[in-house]
Amino acid sequence: MKHARIRFESQIHSVTVDADNIVHLSDGRSLSEDQVEWLPPAKGSMFALGLNYADHAAELAFAPPTEPLVFVKSPGTYTGHNQITWRPDNVAYMHYECELVAVIGKPARNVKREDALSYLAGYTLCNDYAIRDYLENYYRPNLRVKNRDATTPVGPWIIDVADIPDPSNLKLRTWINGELRQEGSTKDMIFDIPYLIEYLSGFMTLQPGDMIATGTPEGLADVVPGDEVIVEVEGVGRLVNRIVSEADFFSARKEA
Amino acid sequence: MSHALHDVATGTLLGVALNYQGLLLKRVSEFEQPPYQKLPVKPVLFIKTPNTRNVHGGTVVHPGAGVSLQPGPALGVVIGKDASRISVDEALDHVAGYTIVNEFSLPEESYYRPAVKAKCRDGFCAIGPELVPREQLANPHDLTLQLRVNGELRQEDSTANFVRKIPQLIAEISEFMTLYAGDVLITGTPLGRVDVLPGDRVDVEIQGLGCLTNIIVAEQEGTV
Repeated sequence: MKHARIRFESQIHSVTVDADNIVHLSDGRSLSEDQVEWLPPAKGSMFALGLNYADHAAELAFAPPTEPLVFVKSPGTYTGHNQITWRPDNVAYMHYECELVAVIGKPARNVKREDALSYLAGYTLCNDYAIRDYLENYYRPNLRVKNRDATTPVGPWIIDVADIPDPSNLKLRTWINGELRQEGSTKDMIFDIPYLIEYLSGFMTLQPGDMIATGTPEGLADVVPGDEVIVEVEGVGRLVNRIVSEADFFSARKEA
Repeated sequence: MSHALHDVATGTLLGVALNYQGLLLKRVSEFEQPPYQKLPVKPVLFIKTPNTRNVHGGTVVHPGAGVSLQPGPALGVVIGKDASRISVDEALDHVAGYTIVNEFSLPEESYYRPAVKAKCRDGFCAIGPELVPREQLANPHDLTLQLRVNGELRQEDSTANFVRKIPQLIAEISEFMTLYAGDVLITGTPLGRVDVLPGDRVDVEIQGLGCLTNIIVAEQEGTV
């Protein structure tokens, strides 16, 4: 089963989504995918992993980490499926990152690896965009690179844990304007989801709605205004986003 | 936490590191070397996740033997009105008021990687005791902060020594991320963090904002 949050006729609804991507409201109405505004399916903190695929670490000329490299995102950076993200003016390199996301379903503290999946509400995916021009070597990757307004598409939905029997063997793919640009598998993750839940819950309580974005494999490329960027995690979903210019983003926002 | 503060300050807790001149200046030569290469260009920011929220009078759990726990006295700025791409001149119009924050942390040997393990433990961000409306504080950039442990003064500085003042922080941050009504900007902790132990009473006093008190307790099996 897939669960989502959408806006339709100015109302926010918690909905289910069927195999044909038909959206079912709790009042019995059914809507097509393009009739609704897709919202991020969860609203907690996002714990995102850096360098969690060995090939990607090598691509960035880093040795693979021995302890998870975690950074935090706050809800203002999330946006939903089929929404827009802005590329700032005068930057040289903005890239996508296709990632499997685990969504926490109940408070998790001191959870052991073998119990970890029972703390999940399910899985979603995100596109963890980065503006590399803004990297600084303080709390790297810093918020100006990774926590920008509407620069982390998440969704379209949360799919039940039971629907993904093996989260460590899923294909990840990214297309720019229909051309396949990134391809990898969650089997190449350095720290898997149960490990990450044990690690994080070992020093803090993970809350319902918190998300763990598990990192991205190699295959990064620059994106520019006008590009349609699609990230897909096999069996979990396909998340569409369009890049616009800084001016277009902020003028659209003013009108909204 | 007073009702007024509790009702208003419900958003993201956003911290600024290295915002006291003494702290930054002490490390200039280190920050010119790898892995940093150069001094920070923009505000050095971090997020205290919602599980870190704590209140005036609340207990803070010491992480255990062999680990140091350090209070972080800070002036908290509570955002009153959404701020996106706000100029320095308009910034304070977006502030509801001020409060005290005790931004607890494990020691940070390095600023190179995000300090989630050091800063995001449960209860590591005490806020209170009250929200003081902006109009009541004539100048937020000339306030003495004092940290007392069991009544003894252990750390003292003044917000006059900020690297970036509040309007500058709001302008530079809101350029790329909206500060929403209810968000709390934690404007930095001064040089000279001290260690505290179970049983200690920790007070942070800021001129005009009152005194925020927390008690350190030992971690107990089965109480998590």
